[in-house]
Amino acid sequence: MKVKAVIILSAFLFLGAGLLFGQTPATDVATDSLQSPPPDVTPVMVRNVLAKDNPDDAGGAVVINWDLSVDDHVDGKVVAYKILRAEKQEGPFDQIGEVPAQSNQYMDNGTNDNKDYFYKILAVNSVKLEGRTSWQVTSESDTVGPVRSSAQWFDFRRLNVFVGMIILCTLIVYFINQAKAGKKLFIRKIAGLDAVDEAVGRATEMGKKIFFIPGTSDMDNVQTIAGVTILGRVAQLAAEYETWIEVPVSRSLVMVTAKEIVKEAYAKAGRPDSFRDEQVHYLTDDQFGYAAGIDGMVVREKPATIFLMGNFYAESLILSETGNSIGAIQIAGTGQPSQLPFFVAACDYTLIGEELFAASAYLSREPKLLGSLKGQDMGKAIILVSILIGIILETFNIFQLSKFFTVMG
Amino acid sequence: MRREIPLLITGVVGVIFVLQYFIPHAPFNQFNNWFSDWFSIIGACAIWLGALNLIKISADKIYRKRADWGYSVIIILSFLLIVIIGSSSWTQFRDAGTGFDWLYTYVYSPLSATMFALLAFFVASASYRAFRARNLEATLLLLAAFFVMIGRVPVGDAIGGALGIPESFMPSKITIWIMSFINSAGQRAIMIGIALGIVSTSLRIILGIERSYLGGD
Repeated sequence: MKVKAVIILSAFLFLGAGLLFGQTPATDVATDSLQSPPPDVTPVMVRNVLAKDNPDDAGGAVVINWDLSVDDHVDGKVVAYKILRAEKQEGPFDQIGEVPAQSNQYMDNGTNDNKDYFYKILAVNSVKLEGRTSWQVTSESDTVGPVRSSAQWFDFRRLNVFVGMIILCTLIVYFINQAKAGKKLFIRKIAGLDAVDEAVGRATEMGKKIFFIPGTSDMDNVQTIAGVTILGRVAQLAAEYETWIEVPVSRSLVMVTAKEIVKEAYAKAGRPDSFRDEQVHYLTDDQFGYAAGIDGMVVREKPATIFLMGNFYAESLILSETGNSIGAIQIAGTGQPSQLPFFVAACDYTLIGEELFAASAYLSREPKLLGSLKGQDMGKAIILVSILIGIILETFNIFQLSKFFTVMG
Repeated sequence: MRREIPLLITGVVGVIFVLQYFIPHAPFNQFNNWFSDWFSIIGACAIWLGALNLIKISADKIYRKRADWGYSVIIILSFLLIVIIGSSSWTQFRDAGTGFDWLYTYVYSPLSATMFALLAFFVASASYRAFRARNLEATLLLLAAFFVMIGRVPVGDAIGGALGIPESFMPSKITIWIMSFINSAGQRAIMIGIALGIVSTSLRIILGIERSYLGGD
């Protein structure tokens, strides 16, 4: 009796264990093979398939995630996953993509917005012999959907940039208003800009030319705009001192802008008749052609003063070292960090990065412009404090502040 | 009106450019491409302004026999040569074997390479001036430059090995440390300043406070 009970209980336990652990997944076995697949090669299907509209984009994309098949491991039964899509739940499903094993995400970039889509993931096991598929088996996941793609009205990945921009713009506008109200604002001395008068005066005393080189970028570059802004002040000084200023440019649009600026500067100095069209002239768009042209002019004409203000690349040292070799006083400014050491080594004064953008305000001393400088400095102070706090927090692994400053997308 | 309209255009386009960075929805996602296309179209048309200006000034120099007018002859002849030979191949001017391709490969490229190669000599002369131990900062610069340069070439570590310097203090390792820490810190400080400067300048232009790029104040 006892033996019978034990046998029956064992049979139940065995059956229960079989039901619990020996469950085979409900899989479809597809075979497009030359041979029949060997037994026990069908992978377990993937689970928890999730399809959703790709966030923070312009629409037209659905992102599909899933949990890897339990058979997806080294020497496992999964070699790839196929992604199927249909417009109706019952199908027909078409393959839209394939990803290798160990991938659990696929981005469907071929969707039409506001249209329903259904997805399935196939876990694939196959063997190739001599470049041909010998056999292939798949197991199909559950269908997910409907899902629709859509465009968003705000990219939340860039929220930190937006907040930073609002803070910075608020500070700048606040200090501009402060300056307008007559508040005295302290701006640190910038040696390179204080030397502008001296540099123009030197050219006047020597009876030689001034060269103003606005870099090799076009008017869509802020550094070029900053450069030609300084040109206005320098040209006005040159006009007052009756010194010839020449502006060789490498872009047609810069030529048009610079010509207008110099002409206006001469008019402001009360010498509109002294302006000559050939003072601002085009050389070439080619980087090294431009450098060669200017080098030739510098060596032949030996200007007393050279301004290099704008965006420069490899030609920076070719230009500034040639200017240095003829003994010209040189004032340079660029926002290209990799070119700054060259200018520092070859020029008398260098406006480092932000100083180039501050030049217009510094030279004009106009309160509104000075206010914007003050706002910029406050922004810098905020970043400085953030860096110090970040160093402390990250050192002790308390809080990852750097994540707030990471720009996504 | 001559100043107000450009200022208005600048302000509106500037604001749209800022908005399109944060709004992926149509039509904002198209603005960047549209503006880029328009800039390319305007730039392409403006090339003629530059080319004509170059010819006009060079021709004027030749006509008046000004100083160094011989160079202007070379400019005009080179310009005409490349335009005529390029135009003769019509739309296939970039194809291999055309006259333009020959000029590009055997004249333009070597000339550009020569100018770029001059940089090596300029670096040498500038370094000679810059790396003089006149004061503490210049001495530090000299030392940093020495380690970076010696660490960038295989002979640096070979010398280190011969002198029995531990692996962690090899010139190549010191170079990596200088570039990764000291240099990066300095570069980032400059980059932050530049970024703020760009934001500030852009805002001044958008708000119409900075008008000197239009000529005058």
